[in-house]
Amino acid sequence: MNLKRRILKDKLLKILVIFFSLSTLLPLFFVLFTVVKNGIAAIDLKFFTSLPVPAGEQGGGILNSIVGTFLLLIIAFLIASPFGILVGIFLTEVQNKFTDLLKILVNVLQGVPSIVMGIIGYLLVVKPMGGFSALSGGVALAFMMLPVVIKNTEETLRLVPSYLKEASFSLGTNYTRTILRVVLPAGMGGVFSGILIGILRIAGETAPLLFTAFGNPFLNINPLKPVDALPLLIFNYAMSPYEDWYKIAWGASFVLIMIVLILTIITKFIVRRWKTQF
Amino acid sequence: MEMRQDRTFKIMLWLGGISFFLLLLLIFILLFKESLYSINAFGIKFITGKVWDPVNEKFGLFPFFVGTILTSFISLFISLPFSLSLALLLSVYYKEGFINKVLSTTTELLAGIPSVIYGFWGLFFLVPLIRKVEIKLRIPPYGVGILTASLILAIMIIPYISSISKEVIKMVPQDLIEAGLSLGSTTWEVVKKVILPYCRSGIFAGILLGFGRAFGETMAVTMVIGNSNFVPENIFSPANTMASVIANEFTEATKDIHLSALIQIGLWLFVLSVIVNLIGSFIVKRYKIR
Repeated sequence: MNLKRRILKDKLLKILVIFFSLSTLLPLFFVLFTVVKNGIAAIDLKFFTSLPVPAGEQGGGILNSIVGTFLLLIIAFLIASPFGILVGIFLTEVQNKFTDLLKILVNVLQGVPSIVMGIIGYLLVVKPMGGFSALSGGVALAFMMLPVVIKNTEETLRLVPSYLKEASFSLGTNYTRTILRVVLPAGMGGVFSGILIGILRIAGETAPLLFTAFGNPFLNINPLKPVDALPLLIFNYAMSPYEDWYKIAWGASFVLIMIVLILTIITKFIVRRWKTQF
Repeated sequence: MEMRQDRTFKIMLWLGGISFFLLLLLIFILLFKESLYSINAFGIKFITGKVWDPVNEKFGLFPFFVGTILTSFISLFISLPFSLSLALLLSVYYKEGFINKVLSTTTELLAGIPSVIYGFWGLFFLVPLIRKVEIKLRIPPYGVGILTASLILAIMIIPYISSISKEVIKMVPQDLIEAGLSLGSTTWEVVKKVILPYCRSGIFAGILLGFGRAFGETMAVTMVIGNSNFVPENIFSPANTMASVIANEFTEATKDIHLSALIQIGLWLFVLSVIVNLIGSFIVKRYKIR
């Protein structure tokens, strides 16, 4: 093949690659533009401080679902982070066939569809307790958060230099204190960002909540009763036949995207600070 | 005292690991146990049956299987040129700089947008668009259907496939690339003859994991696929996927057999995802060792 044709082909394919890559900006732009445009129009102060009203009435807000979302995230956080960190430490400290298997299972759990997690939450909590509840939603979300926390903990602790551990041992510190007071604090940034990434993953999840947290038009902070959540409200309102409700759903979408965006920025900030440490 | 503390701590670590293992086992056992009722009632006909009629207690998941396979494959097909271009651009053509930053932020943001918002946007933006196309083509203008769902899914899986492929391409030894260039190859020739052959199975793993993501995706699909329990006739037909039928009917299922049938669909989704992820992560892991 002559040189000119080869160079032409090279340039052509580079342009093609750039074209396809840049065109992914389009859907992002359209989604964000639609949400921001319709969302800002729906938002005022009352939107955050009032409860939903029945269809046909004017106004109504999303206070119940904001509170519900935070309640669900707190429950998931309380379950998934201690357990995830424990398993993460276990996977770094012990190495045998069993932990090799566990590492694979962590990946497997991460790939389980979110709707299946909803079924698990239903079978594990809703059915035995006889009703929908925030707790069951939190459990379902915790299952989704768990693999993220485990993976991040394990990967970070593996990076902690072994001389820190050796120095601690040589001072006569026992194993427990070495892990909890030296290794874990040294890797705290990574562990913490793992938790944030986990929360980020579940903050917008709807499918696991459909038949666990279920939704609730009233304000509720009792973990044993159903709660509403932002994604759940968006789904229910978007699928409704009422024009007014679409407006509220856009407002809620805007709030949800803002929450996700702010969490992303905080996470990135922490990840970057952590990286410079070693 | 000190020794005893260490022993308790080690026992706790082991307990954590073992209970994680048991938890996964529990998930499987629970799903299986609750599916048993419908497994015993329908046997293999549950998978091959083409009728899903909860009122008359007839349950066959074939229509949803077709819906799942169609939406996943069409979305993979649509997203591939975009995902692979992104992976190449971020790892070969623009390894750093402004364009890299813009596009890697784009993929991160695309991955961060909640599924339900994609669905909502699809309902108001894509559905009317597809409806117009359908009117032009003189077919029933549902707007919702397989194609609409596949388009949304395609957008949603771009970040997954591109980020895994990018990681794999980055593992190609630099000296191989430089050797190619020093022999007078153009960048494209290096991509085609050095990078892609080296990464073939890794990129395949990325696509496989993207597939795993696509068939399990629930909310966005549920909102735009049209919720029809019949085997789809063409790509414009309203349909249901295995995940979306669970989302639609689970809370409304009053009969035990209906609930059990839905849980069995969940069991199959679980099994399928385990297989896909096992193969995918096995291939990716082999790369890291090499």
